[in-house]
This record gives sequence, structure tokens and C-alpha cells, in this order.
Amino acid sequence: MAITTSPPRGAEEPDGGREKKTHDEESRHLTSPLLLTLVLLTAVMFQDPVRRALAAPVMQSWMTVFVAVVLQALPFLVLGVLLSAAIAVFVPPSFFARALPRRSALAVPVAGAAGAVLPGCECASVPVAGALVRRGVAPAAALAFLLSAPAINPIVLTATAVAFPGNPEMVPARFVASLLVACAMGWLWQRLGRTDWLRPPSRSSYDGRSRGAAFWGSVRHDVMHAGGFLVVGAMAAATLKAVVPAEWLRAAAGSPVLSVLALAVLAVLLSICSEADAFVAASLTQFSLTARLAFLVVGPMVDLKLFAMQAGTFGRAFALRFAPATFALAVVVSALTGAVLL
Amino acid sequence: MKPALNHQAQAALLFLLGATVLHAGLTDLHLRYVKAGLRPLLLLSGAVLIATAAATVWYEWRRGPRSKESKDSKEAHREPRVSWLLTLPLFALILVAPPALGSYSATHTGTALQKPLGYPELPERGPLRLGVGEYAARAVYDHGRHLRDRSISVTGFVALDGTGTPYLVRMGLNCCAADAQPVKIALTGEIPPVLQPDTWLEVTGRYTPRRTKDPVNDGPVPYFEVARAEPVPVPQDPYDEAWSG
Repeated sequence: MAITTSPPRGAEEPDGGREKKTHDEESRHLTSPLLLTLVLLTAVMFQDPVRRALAAPVMQSWMTVFVAVVLQALPFLVLGVLLSAAIAVFVPPSFFARALPRRSALAVPVAGAAGAVLPGCECASVPVAGALVRRGVAPAAALAFLLSAPAINPIVLTATAVAFPGNPEMVPARFVASLLVACAMGWLWQRLGRTDWLRPPSRSSYDGRSRGAAFWGSVRHDVMHAGGFLVVGAMAAATLKAVVPAEWLRAAAGSPVLSVLALAVLAVLLSICSEADAFVAASLTQFSLTARLAFLVVGPMVDLKLFAMQAGTFGRAFALRFAPATFALAVVVSALTGAVLL
Repeated sequence: MKPALNHQAQAALLFLLGATVLHAGLTDLHLRYVKAGLRPLLLLSGAVLIATAAATVWYEWRRGPRSKESKDSKEAHREPRVSWLLTLPLFALILVAPPALGSYSATHTGTALQKPLGYPELPERGPLRLGVGEYAARAVYDHGRHLRDRSISVTGFVALDGTGTPYLVRMGLNCCAADAQPVKIALTGEIPPVLQPDTWLEVTGRYTPRRTKDPVNDGPVPYFEVARAEPVPVPQDPYDEAWSG
């Protein structure tokens, strides 16, 4: 299933004669549905050899994890996409201008704390943050929201409390560390961020169309777009889950510094939903609480699945700078929080 | 070469995706991959995807063929080709429908046994029917206090580690199969001579204080003395959600 990187036909054509263009449209209209049908039929025809090729235990476990990640994330993605379409179509930009403090240094912590009201995992927050930026919210504030929402909402905090019955201090530690990282990244973006790193919205404005058309157009676009990147992230996460041996974790658990780094990297690789990561952290009993806090703080902010989705929504130039900075900051802040609170 | 998806192909893909998610949600298929509590959300998202497909077709049709070459169709060309990848989970679910995680992941992951908050009362007499997680927790953390001298039945699937030691395993789930973790019981006693990994067994036997350590993460693994083992069909929900909260 190779994806070519060449631009779609016609994208580079100078505005030629209208007739030629219409003709091109017609053939294109035939092409991609036809191609979709052909792909589907071919897959059905060759399902037996494909199944046999996938019978090895590694492949089966890979596929199960891949399907599971997609299936688990899809409802939250759809929820986020509906919310972002509602923001894009029904909430006027003036609302955010009034709701958020005018100075973006103040808007950052307000938006970060507002993340507490979006109950869901990280797949929902990416499209919503994208809609906020398009709606004129300062990127610094929208990014603080993007980072804090999956980590500090009530569902995730409750799950953390349930997973660590013997260590209730994990809940405030997770809340404080996540909010600190989110605000710090917002302020950092405000100081150093450049607008040209953010890709301009890839979609034409919906003005001049009916609200219904605009709403469903936005939903369709976001599901196709973010869904594609979700699949990329799910493949990466499934590969690492199947390939990474659990033994190297044991080696890292001994040293305090190495253990924090190891669990932070593991959080990136595993790409577990933020509602479930506390249970996985709780089972990593050979690691210190601080190292497990790093796992819980890094996971909802930076992971393979999120990176693919951020690159899709905000552009690769943005994701390549944003994700490593967030990772470094999250590791430092959770080490400090762990030293103070745990 | 694969062209960008136009609106019709997108509508078809959205419809298929929605229908597949609905199919998985309405049957027991989703239980192989996600927790049972996600079902209402799955059904809802399937319905939304189908509604989106319908709305796309409807607005396309209403706009009519004349305006298709206007600004809007230009937008269609910009739909990223990464969207084609959405066909992969479709194929995986419809054509392959991979089984729930089994012995391969169980032997590659350490046991996730945790000290439970409490031990609910067990029936006073008669044979006991326990889950893998419950037996392991009581055997390790409660020193088998209420298990001694009782006939106990446990259901799980077989996994063999590198040295051929047989375990009875049940995977626990918190959210989806990506975070699934096993709880293991080592088997001793009258074990069937030939054990196929991934076979589901109901073993009946007794508690034994013998213990071992999981070779993967040094977690505690209790033993179980088997008197009788019977193959059973795969349970409706192959994962155990009770012990993981």
C-alpha cells in the first residue's frame, strides 16, 4: 500500500483552459472511487494468502494491538472532531476574545486550566486545539490547552487514584506537573515560537456556505485527515509494542536518573490512552514513583500517535520542534515534582 | 499512483469505516480489542461516521454538477493521501479480525499481579470458582488463607515460556489491547501431557503454597496443583476486567 509523495495531478498545473480542467475533474471523479473499489475487491480476492502471511504470532499480536489502538481512539477522535467542528462553525471568534484574558501571558494558564473540562484522551484534544487556533485564539494558549486537557481532566485523575490506591499523592503530583509543563510550553511558545512554523489552516474558510454544509464538511475533513495520521501512529505503536523487549526495562530500573528517562521514553513509544496509562504505570513496580510520574506526565503530551496527529494538524515543522521541547520539559518538571511531592 | 481522495471516495470510505465500527460494536468482536465499557461510544462514533458520509453525499448532490469546478473542488484535491491509510483498519477488521492477545504477548510481558484492596467473602463450602487474577492475588498476598483444602476451578489460556513451563494466563484490560497485561499461574500436578499454547482450559485442583518468579519482571507467580484439566470454548469476553479496576 505505497503512498506516493508526488503532488496530485493538476495541483501544479497553471490555470489552464476551463474545458481541460473540467475534463480533469471528471476523470478524477471516476478515479478515486474506482480505485477504492479496486483496492477493496483485490483485498477480498487475496484474503486467504494475506491471512496465511499474518498467521505468525508476532504478526497477529501486532495486528491485534494495531486494531485495538485505532478502535479505542476512534470514538474520542470523533468526539473531538465534532467539538472542533462546532467551535469552527457555531462559536464566533469574538467569544474567545472575551472569554480569554487579552494578554496572552495570562491566557496561557487560563486555557491550561480549561483543559480540565474536556473529558477524553489525547486524540480528542488535537482537533479541538486546531480549531481554537483557526478561530483566532493565541497559539500559546491553544497549545497549553492541547497539552493539559488529556492529563488533568477528572476521568484521568480518577483513574490515577484508582490505579495507585496506596499512593494518593500521585494524583496531585500528576495534576501539578502536567499543568506546569502545559503552561511552561505555552509561555515558551510565546517567547520563542514563530508563526511560520505553524502551518496555515489547510482548509478554505466556510464562509458563504450554509452552516450545515460547513459543519459536516469540517467533520469529514478532520476525520479523514486526523484519522489517517492516527493510523500511522497506531502502526508505530503496535510495532514497538511487539518488538521492544521488556528485559531492557529491568536494566534501567536500578539507576534513579536512567529510570526516569527510560519510563519517559517508554511512554512515548507505547502511546497508551491517557485514561489507561495509570494502570500500566502502577504495574511497573520495579521503578520509583518519580519515574512512574514521568511516565504519566510525558505520555499524554508526547507519544508516537500524538506526534503523527500534531504533524498532520499543525505541520511537520511545528511537530519536530514542539514534541522534543515538550519531552525535555516534561521530564525535568516531573523529576522536580517527584522530588518535592513524592 | 494514488490520487487524492475526492468527496465521493471519502464518503464511501467514511461509510465503510462507520459500518465496520458499528458491526464490531454490535457483535462481540469489539471485546477482542477494547473494554466492554467503550461499546456505547463505539456505536455512537459509527453512527456519526455514517451520518458524515450521508451528509457529504447530500451536500455534494445539492451543490449540483455545475458548481463542482468552483473553489470547493479545489479544496478536495488537498485532502491528504494519508487518508488512504484508513483502509488498513478496515481490512484488518473485516478480512482478518485478529484474535484477542494470547500466549505470545503473555510470555513477553511480566505478570501484572497487584495487591488487591480487600478479599471479598468466599462461599463457606463446596467447590470454588475463581478467576486467574483472584486466585493469584489470594494465593500470593493472602497466603491462601481461604483456599486451603478446597476444590478450586480456574479458567484461562495456556502459555509456555522459553523453558516449556506451563502457565495458565488471563490478560487484563484497562482500556484497549495495547495496555493489556497478563496475570499468570504456574501449573503443576496432573498436567495434560500435550499442551497447545492458546488453548482455553478449565483446571480443577488445589492451592499449593509453592511460588515462583516471572522470568520477565520478577513478579510473583503462584502455583496451582492441577487434578483435572478440560478444554473450554473461548469466553465471550476474553479479557479480565474485574481485577484491574
